[in-house]
Amino acid sequence: MEIVIIGNGISGISAARNIRKLSDHSITVISAETDHFFSRTALMYIYMGHMRFEDTKPYEDWFWKKNRISLKRGLVTDINFSSKQLKFNDGEQMNYDKLILATGSASNKFGWPGQDLEKVYGLYTYQDLEAIEKFSPGLKKAVIVGGGLIGIEMAEMFHSRHIPVTILVREPSYWNNVLPKEESAMINRHIIEHGIDLQLGTELKEIHDDGNGNANAVTTSKGEKIDCGYVGLTAGVHPNVAFLKNGALEINRGIVVNENLETNQSDVYAIGDCAELSDPKPGRRGVEAIWYTGRMMGETVAYNVCGKKVGYNPGIWFNSAKFLDIEYQVYGEVPARIPDYMNTVYWEHDDGKKSIRINYHKENLQVLGFNVMGVRYRHEVCEKWLAEKTSIETVLQHLGIANFDPEFYKEYDSEVVNIYNKQTGKKLKLKQKRGLSAVLNFLKN
Amino acid sequence: MNIIQKIGLSLFVVALAIFTLSLGLDSYELNQESLQVKTEYHKEAVIDAAKKMGLWETSIGNNFEYVGQLKEVFKSAKLSQDQIASDGIPNGVGEWDFKIGDWEIKDYVVNTVKASSVGIVSQNKGLFWWLTVGLAMFGGLLYILPKFNLIPGIKNNHIYHNSMTRGLKVNIRSVFLILTIIGTLIYGVAYMNMNFVWPAITLAIIGLIIYLVLFKNDEKEYSETKSASPNVTGWLGMISGIYLIIFYILLYWKAEYITSWILIADPVSERLSGNPASKWFLYGMLYTVIVLVMGIRMIAKYRHNQYQIIRTCSVMFFQTCFAFILPEIMIKFNQPYFDFKNIWPLNYTFFFDYNIKSLIANGNLGIFMLVWGIVLALIGVPVFTYFFGKRWYCSWVCGCGGLAETMGDPYRQLSDKSVRAWKYERYIIHGVLVFAVGMTITVLYTYFSGSSQVLFVNSNTVRQWYGFLIGSAFAGVVGTGFYPLMGNRTWCRFGCPLAAYLGLVQRFKSRFRITVNGSQCISCGNCSTYCEMGIDVRHYAQRGQDVVRSSCVGCGVCAAVCPRGVLRLENASEDVNTRTEQLRTIHISEGEVKLLS
Repeated sequence: MEIVIIGNGISGISAARNIRKLSDHSITVISAETDHFFSRTALMYIYMGHMRFEDTKPYEDWFWKKNRISLKRGLVTDINFSSKQLKFNDGEQMNYDKLILATGSASNKFGWPGQDLEKVYGLYTYQDLEAIEKFSPGLKKAVIVGGGLIGIEMAEMFHSRHIPVTILVREPSYWNNVLPKEESAMINRHIIEHGIDLQLGTELKEIHDDGNGNANAVTTSKGEKIDCGYVGLTAGVHPNVAFLKNGALEINRGIVVNENLETNQSDVYAIGDCAELSDPKPGRRGVEAIWYTGRMMGETVAYNVCGKKVGYNPGIWFNSAKFLDIEYQVYGEVPARIPDYMNTVYWEHDDGKKSIRINYHKENLQVLGFNVMGVRYRHEVCEKWLAEKTSIETVLQHLGIANFDPEFYKEYDSEVVNIYNKQTGKKLKLKQKRGLSAVLNFLKN
Repeated sequence: MNIIQKIGLSLFVVALAIFTLSLGLDSYELNQESLQVKTEYHKEAVIDAAKKMGLWETSIGNNFEYVGQLKEVFKSAKLSQDQIASDGIPNGVGEWDFKIGDWEIKDYVVNTVKASSVGIVSQNKGLFWWLTVGLAMFGGLLYILPKFNLIPGIKNNHIYHNSMTRGLKVNIRSVFLILTIIGTLIYGVAYMNMNFVWPAITLAIIGLIIYLVLFKNDEKEYSETKSASPNVTGWLGMISGIYLIIFYILLYWKAEYITSWILIADPVSERLSGNPASKWFLYGMLYTVIVLVMGIRMIAKYRHNQYQIIRTCSVMFFQTCFAFILPEIMIKFNQPYFDFKNIWPLNYTFFFDYNIKSLIANGNLGIFMLVWGIVLALIGVPVFTYFFGKRWYCSWVCGCGGLAETMGDPYRQLSDKSVRAWKYERYIIHGVLVFAVGMTITVLYTYFSGSSQVLFVNSNTVRQWYGFLIGSAFAGVVGTGFYPLMGNRTWCRFGCPLAAYLGLVQRFKSRFRITVNGSQCISCGNCSTYCEMGIDVRHYAQRGQDVVRSSCVGCGVCAAVCPRGVLRLENASEDVNTRTEQLRTIHISEGEVKLLS
């Protein structure tokens, strides 16, 4: 059987690897972006000189041949689902028995005047990185539109080269549609501490043309005109499905798939950023452009393609990121605005760069979510507590086993317990400090 | 870089220039005071020869010329003594008090050249210490200290943009490696007095390893991924590497050309032990100074990370006190030179007859040292490694590790992460371990039996070749000279027999591992890039498998550079035998969606 995968990102590659583990089918992975799979999340580190492009490839180049995964560089422009045929931009054609669409995302553009000028790029593809690298020498100023995870990465990139940078954030506080108020304020402070110009409650109105088709300034919703040699568009991403629209494939925001990741076309699957689940699990969204969901979808689709029906289930929500120097991890329900049924225990370090938040149910005290900044928590432990609907009081007394900070780091878990005691008048004590032995015993039971 | 840092860097460069140039500033004169020999017979013979050849009490400005003529003088003195001796040595005079041995000439030349120096350096040793070592320290600190003002956090910016730290193209790296191997073998033949046997055996073993890695497993296909830079070469790094390589060659085998440096170390040595400096004192002093200054840099860089701070303080402490000051103080009190933390088989001379004899001859303290060394190697190593992993030694105590973790930190990303490099690593390091153990067995056999012939090998030749090939060429020239070429742990990863021994314990019976945090890995590659031992940490992190590798020295940098909090170094006894079995990522299997296993 000929299995063709469009897209060599984490989703497509996970699918290819797992299909190879499960079967002897012929596998071809097509990409217009790069010859080999690389970690998209590490684009910023290449620009900053932490790594070379080669270092972002999780597998050595011989890996693909050895595992009989053919790689093809090319841009698919059209798919004929009835004849099961792909058409490339150079006219070449390719047949498939089963097709997996893993085309990823594209940067959002909201119809701003000047959004298609040169020197206006997102930060998603390898070509975006090449553009930012090309225009950086001599760059006096950059403006970034959008205060999400990519926006702050781009700001850090320019900052590493001492290029002054302004971030326009529509919301009144950084990423406050995701982060609770205190954590959002912490990141605001941290961005400003680094000397980055953070303009909150400010939107992009227009990108100006220098007369040669290059951006040379922006005007903000506050009427300010900022001269700049580069505009980063980082106001989110959307499924990269434009070339498939107006065809037989059912597309809403993304390619609509059922829980087996099948589209409305037979033998065609969609996974990763470009897929939209028609019936997402409770607490999860239809489109989730996240590294690990791509990886899990790739693994799930491999079973389905190989004839073993498995439903996609991403489990309990978690995520992580890094805002300049502050690491962030989240497990379970941590909404930006705490709903009525929920209570929260929030501890913040005096330095304003570390915090621990634990959400629980007001009535039954069941633990609902963890949000840590500048502190590391163990995925497995949090996962188990959440899955077993453990009481907040049990969690607090054993909080040490959740701690994943390096050895000799100070443990703040007892301070979190004290805050809970203060809020509730209880007298709980931390019983369990950090350490792997206790973790292994906890996970075994 | 701010203005203070620029000044600091400039001062460092000036100090390095003065240090280098100081080798050519003095002139040399052979006379009654500068001639350094042990017996009156030797002295007379050398004076006769020197007068005949016109070197006696003649001032020579050029170091190379002086050393060349001096060697001729010693050779001629040796020959004439041999000739006289063939007619009969004067009554009551020991043979080697009269004749001059080849092995003595090396020391005689170095000591005589050092004593012959006349001029600005030898008359102003203290001043030159300050102008070289002192100024370099001061400049270095000026460059480093402003880093404490930055916002704490991982700052690896521009490492791959910097000519000093971005490494070499893989083909240029290969040229360095091939030249080093050829140079070592050719010089090795001369070193072994034109005895081809051991260099030839070494060459054969190198060929065998290359065959096993490249051809046996069909691994000819090799991408530059994860190894040296594909298309850039850092010139500054290359120049630094060459400088270090030349430094080590001069230090080990041609110390007569660096006597001015040894002179500069005299004042410090005299304060510590009361003796003038030897080349080993010079080396120890520079080593310690570098570990201290670059240790401060390490602390500045990781000042948000308690583990790194404590670990760096530990290597600075052990280098300064245990490796440098304590042995010198013991000499001052007429005790044997002993580095309490240097463990066999890294300390390959520990079981040499002269060391055992000297320890036994020194009463209770000597016996204690002997027992200490044996207990540490045979019991301390496995026990500590069981509890903490090999990091307790390699990145907390060891001197080689100390230099790698301080001066070498800017080069840690240059280690080769390819599977092929891993294959080389396993053959070479375990080969060295076998060599070290075998060599020690022959040496001990000779010690107890008195016979230097063990089966078909001569224990003296074996140990001489081990000392040259592994002790000097590999550990020193390649070990440190290759920092900017192949990363800071080249010796520790490919060559150190103690690391191999510690690694076997760590791999098969230890509580230590690097835990992977569930499914948080985003495969970015920072961990692998900054692993100085060339472990592809990401391979384990992205599949959720705890990292248990014999080479891991537990430096903790992978955990420090991870942007998502995925890695943690830790110990537990619950699962010593099953550490690697669990996959902590969320994964899916037929019939069920299995969450964290």
